[in-house]
Amino acid sequence: MTDITVGTEIPPLTLPPISRYTLALFAGASGDHNPIHIDSDFAKASGMPDVFAHGMLSMAYLARLLTGWKPQSSIRKFSARFATITQLQDVVTCSGTVVEIIAKEGETLARCEIKINNQDGLSTLVGEATVAL
Amino acid sequence: MLDKSKIGHQFDSFTTLVELGKLRFFAKATGETNPLYTSTEVAQAAGYAAVPIPPTYVFSLDLDSEELMPVVSVLGLDVGRVLHGAQEFEYFAPICVGDEITVASTIKDIYDKKNGALDFVILENTYTNQQGVLAATTTSTLVQRN
Repeated sequence: MTDITVGTEIPPLTLPPISRYTLALFAGASGDHNPIHIDSDFAKASGMPDVFAHGMLSMAYLARLLTGWKPQSSIRKFSARFATITQLQDVVTCSGTVVEIIAKEGETLARCEIKINNQDGLSTLVGEATVAL
Repeated sequence: MLDKSKIGHQFDSFTTLVELGKLRFFAKATGETNPLYTSTEVAQAAGYAAVPIPPTYVFSLDLDSEELMPVVSVLGLDVGRVLHGAQEFEYFAPICVGDEITVASTIKDIYDKKNGALDFVILENTYTNQQGVLAATTTSTLVQRN
């Protein structure tokens, strides 16, 4: 039994402001050592105003939204498009809504639209997850 | 303009061991406080063989290859102009600490948009455990600003 239906909202998750420290930790922990995220000189030489967040850091936050809602073992598919760069000091909020309930191979699946918005209401990530209920 | 003859290129596969210390560091870096992602006892009580990798850590397994992102040298990309455009994961079996995961990666497509202003590279990866079970697949879209 489940009380999840089309329109059910996933409890949102708001993160602390993105700092250089956040990015340095994530570079080390994720294995993504691309200097564009941790070396301001390199970022500026590449035409960016400064270092900016790894797309996969945001997607890790989006994963926390999902696993904070349902056990990880129920996640079947998870995708995101990186729509807008997440800048230093941005405060991002992850949210999601169930948009479809699907019966497939004996399972009931919830298809969810998920996204991350920054403090200006701009979507930085737009994605989708399929979660078994 | 990227070399489209590289469509279908298969990178050398490699095998990487999933380590608890790295997962604990990843939990710290992503603000994850659920002990499922740091404690063997909690993970086993939840039915896992050991601490499971969180959903996006699959992508980090790629980065354990000897050369970081070998697509960069194969296609002659400029990392300063490359953005991650999109990422998809599909999960078939848990990946836990102690697992030895073989990562195989293929260049699925290369195309450009806006009269060559943007180059797109699509990578498809498979993640197979030590029992030969396909645990996950991913599709990554990289975008180079020209």
